[in-house]
Amino acid sequence: MEFLSYLISGISLGSVYAIIALGYTMVYGIAKMLNFAHGDVIMVGGYISFCAISYLGLPGWLAVILAMAVCTVLGIVIEGLAYKPLRSAPSLAVLITAIGVSYFLQNTALLIWKAAPKVYPSLIPTTNAQGESNALQLFNGQLSISYISLLTMASCIVIMIALTLFTSKTKMGKAMRACSEDKGAAQLMGINVNATISTTFAIGSALAAIAGVLLCSSYPTLQPTTGSMPGIKAFTAAVFGGIGSIPGAFLGGLLLGVIEAMAKAYISTNLANTIVFAVLIIVLLVKPAGLLGKYVPEKV
Amino acid sequence: MKKLRIKHHTRTDFLTYLGVIILFVVMNVLKSNGSLSRSLTGQLVPICCYMSMAVSLNLTVGILGELSLGHAGFMSVGAFSGIVAAMSLQDIIPAAPLRLAVAMIVGAAAAAIAGVVVGTPVLRLRGDYLAIVTLAFGEIIKDLVNCLLVGYDSKGLHMAFNLTGSKTIDDLGMQEGGIAIIKGAQGATGTTTIATFTAGFILVMVTLFVVLNLKHSRAGRAIMALRDNAIAAESVGINITKYKMMAFVTSAALAGAAGALYGLNFSSLQATKFNFNTSILILVFVVLGGLGNLWGSLIAAAALTVLPELLRAFSDYRMLVYAIVLILVMLATNNPTLKTFFSRFKLHKPAGKEAV
Repeated sequence: MEFLSYLISGISLGSVYAIIALGYTMVYGIAKMLNFAHGDVIMVGGYISFCAISYLGLPGWLAVILAMAVCTVLGIVIEGLAYKPLRSAPSLAVLITAIGVSYFLQNTALLIWKAAPKVYPSLIPTTNAQGESNALQLFNGQLSISYISLLTMASCIVIMIALTLFTSKTKMGKAMRACSEDKGAAQLMGINVNATISTTFAIGSALAAIAGVLLCSSYPTLQPTTGSMPGIKAFTAAVFGGIGSIPGAFLGGLLLGVIEAMAKAYISTNLANTIVFAVLIIVLLVKPAGLLGKYVPEKV
Repeated sequence: MKKLRIKHHTRTDFLTYLGVIILFVVMNVLKSNGSLSRSLTGQLVPICCYMSMAVSLNLTVGILGELSLGHAGFMSVGAFSGIVAAMSLQDIIPAAPLRLAVAMIVGAAAAAIAGVVVGTPVLRLRGDYLAIVTLAFGEIIKDLVNCLLVGYDSKGLHMAFNLTGSKTIDDLGMQEGGIAIIKGAQGATGTTTIATFTAGFILVMVTLFVVLNLKHSRAGRAIMALRDNAIAAESVGINITKYKMMAFVTSAALAGAAGALYGLNFSSLQATKFNFNTSILILVFVVLGGLGNLWGSLIAAAALTVLPELLRAFSDYRMLVYAIVLILVMLATNNPTLKTFFSRFKLHKPAGKEAV
């Protein structure tokens, strides 16, 4: 039973990683860039929803929508101002610009909301007004799953299915896949590459906003650096599953969360990250393109 | 009339060395005049370390062409092994400069070993996968040092690994008069600071010497051939693994030496200092200075370390300004219109422009 509860907390954490990793992987697939500012968009999403709930008194669902709207606009603006002029530049230049954007977002947040951590009002508090715990009790109360974990897992699955349908069925989704295969050929077929990339950033940032809300609901301290570590972990998850692949990001995120929770529970709290990263290295040595990534041999 | 022809790169190298020497002399004069601010004087040794880090990372990123996001990990290995060496050799080698040199060599050796351990599996990966594994390595080193307890007494070194977080320095079982060198998450505290600006200058010169000579040697040409086209290089008989390892391990060892100097410059140092952000900071120096361009790395490292100090006038906004400067510089240096504009001022372009 103990094992099951660790497993569930791992899956719940992994679902958050998976949602972030989906955004990472989509942007990487299409723009071939590591968007290090992605983690900070999560933080912005967290702060926006925090302000909406605490200062404006909006209900949770409206706060999520507001955060998604702000982050979508933010994603499009960042892409247009910082990344679009560098479309033909070497990938390292874009990487450094992304780091610059990340510093910019962190420091702006520091100026607006100050360094002191904010206590995030969870979307679903752990206890309700009567003092009863907001959790699903199973096996005569031996196993309790909080509603927020259930919500996190459910949203992750819904997002994953929606994204898969979006990329395989809609016109825009097909355009995205075409652009990630070959930008030049896609342009020749009449696809507006710039608009497609902007849309990808918009979707990725909206996902980051959702991830921000879910992350802060489970781990309720919010500060300007909140997004960095989950961002790095999600990036790891995306690589773990095979970067550029949507099911890969989902699988990578879940596995990463479970490994982290298990390592914390059974081996050592201090070394949880070490174990996560060590597993990553071993997986990459066996499967150099990640779990579900396509290995493309170089042709001469 | 026969004209003495000097190779283009020899002249650039000579000017690079000269620039570092002039900078060192000028800084020393300013320091003895007392015209340097206190905060800037404190920055001198770190600047030397960052310069050396940037040059050594440029060997991996610019010359070998592999993106590394864990360079601070090697710095960390060098720093903590250097501190352990310097603290435990206090009685055996009383002369501080000699002890510093030994510590830096120990740091370089430890980092080189770490470089071999990481490099052997990792260099088989390509591109962004290599980047993520070096990132993972940096984080692993940080966590491991955070769990490390090291002490020294008359019986020698004592080491323990604080896996559960319950052990303290008393669990090492040291005798009376033993000193605790690394205390887990608290890091190394009470270190005797023996780093000097002169040592920093020598470090930068040695780093430059090693990297420049490697670059212009037969091995260096092989490494650059690998960067430009690995398959073509392999087909003419270049041993990929050997040359990749050579560049990677050299880079790690130089970072270790820089780390040792850095560690011995502060009386207290935590493993979290060498996190992902530090790796990124050094990468920013390299990219901003120009890939494969060593004097560019030197200038970028010095300028960007001093920049936050100079931006003090902006007080709270200084890191924001730093971020904006970074973005604008990247946008400007990659702007096609500006590039053509500046290329007009170059009288003669070097024949083989380095590909990125």
